[in-house]
Amino acid sequence: MSDHDHDHQHGSELSGPQLRVRALETILTEKGYVDPKTLDVLIEAYETKVGPHRGARVIAKAWADPEFKRALIADATAAITAAGMFERVSDHLIAVPNTERQHNIVVCTLCSCYPWDMLGLPPVWYKSAPYRSRAVSDPRGVLREFGVELPADTDIRVWDSTAETRFIVVPMRPAGTEGWGEDKLASLVTRNAMIGTGLPLEPGKAR
Amino acid sequence: MNGVHDMGGMHGFGPVQEEPNEPVFHADWEGRAFAMSRVMGMQGLWNIDMSRAAQETLPAHIYLASSYYDRWSRGLEALVLKHGLVTAEEVAAGHALKQAKPVTPKLAPADVGKLLTRLPYDRTAPAPARFKPGDRVRARNINPPTHTRLPRYVRGHVGTVEAVRGCHVFPDSVTIGAGEDPHWLYTVVFNGRDLWGSDSDPTVKVSVEAWEPYLEPL
Repeated sequence: MSDHDHDHQHGSELSGPQLRVRALETILTEKGYVDPKTLDVLIEAYETKVGPHRGARVIAKAWADPEFKRALIADATAAITAAGMFERVSDHLIAVPNTERQHNIVVCTLCSCYPWDMLGLPPVWYKSAPYRSRAVSDPRGVLREFGVELPADTDIRVWDSTAETRFIVVPMRPAGTEGWGEDKLASLVTRNAMIGTGLPLEPGKAR
Repeated sequence: MNGVHDMGGMHGFGPVQEEPNEPVFHADWEGRAFAMSRVMGMQGLWNIDMSRAAQETLPAHIYLASSYYDRWSRGLEALVLKHGLVTAEEVAAGHALKQAKPVTPKLAPADVGKLLTRLPYDRTAPAPARFKPGDRVRARNINPPTHTRLPRYVRGHVGTVEAVRGCHVFPDSVTIGAGEDPHWLYTVVFNGRDLWGSDSDPTVKVSVEAWEPYLEPL
């Protein structure tokens, strides 16, 4: 980024939200309701620790271990907890498997419900009006905007997250990954594949 | 509440635009707004439904024109005002002017782990579940002016109960001060053509998570 761009983005003019948030933090801190250091630690956790790499580990394990996959689909919170993959797993997590017949896609039309502890915080598009409005009425058109073209006869199931249940899509394991270990499999699992707006990477494109 | 937040099926918002290599937060203030909301939520004065209701009751033009974390900060501001933790004069001044209200001790940095897992929302059931998987149900045509989680696009339509998800805190009650009032929660599936008409994609099915009071038997 050039110096010019830098000045342009971080000039002395503070935006409306920036001013409001700064004032609110000042007041809440002065009144003793929040400790700014706690905010720092929480922000850092979501920037560096919690993210879609967690969900990708779960999906890779499901691909590698049919018994785990069965348990995951029966009760995702219980299965991931029992597998001891993470320190804690939130309640009410539901894993929905893609098949040759059915492709799953997750949305929250009313706000932005999302399985934070598996995928981290949602991207802007997931929380925005274009996706929230059309994922339920025109999912095939929305998928096309993500570059995903499904066979015309594949059923599409849209899960609107209107309660405290949370959904993670279990994509189909890509062909050509026979014998791969979980770490290598996880490198194919994208965030969008676990929302249903994408497919796993092909074996040749492992990250 | 039939607000602009209830977006399912609306037109006119344009295509979905993905940002390559998107950062978790686009500016420092976004992270601060997010973290303050989460930490203040730990006071136990409001729950997740009340946080949502606070955002949904923002004026429609502000809701639509505000970015996501801007809405969070506006919702948090409304909640701390409503609960008397902060006064309007303090918001205007940008500083504390009054003594703090006695509250739960503030969350320490070492306790952030408590915020990385969601609280459970299922509760002891006051009665057996009325519906079972396979039952045909109609989503009630309700239009409460207060918070609800039954989207407009399914109201009045017939669907099928697919799963029983337990007995959960009822958002419609807890947001009007009527307590958690737990009710059974179901996944109810609708045919896309029933929702969007005979010209729509025949391969689409849409489910919502619906509490029992949202449903009537057929």
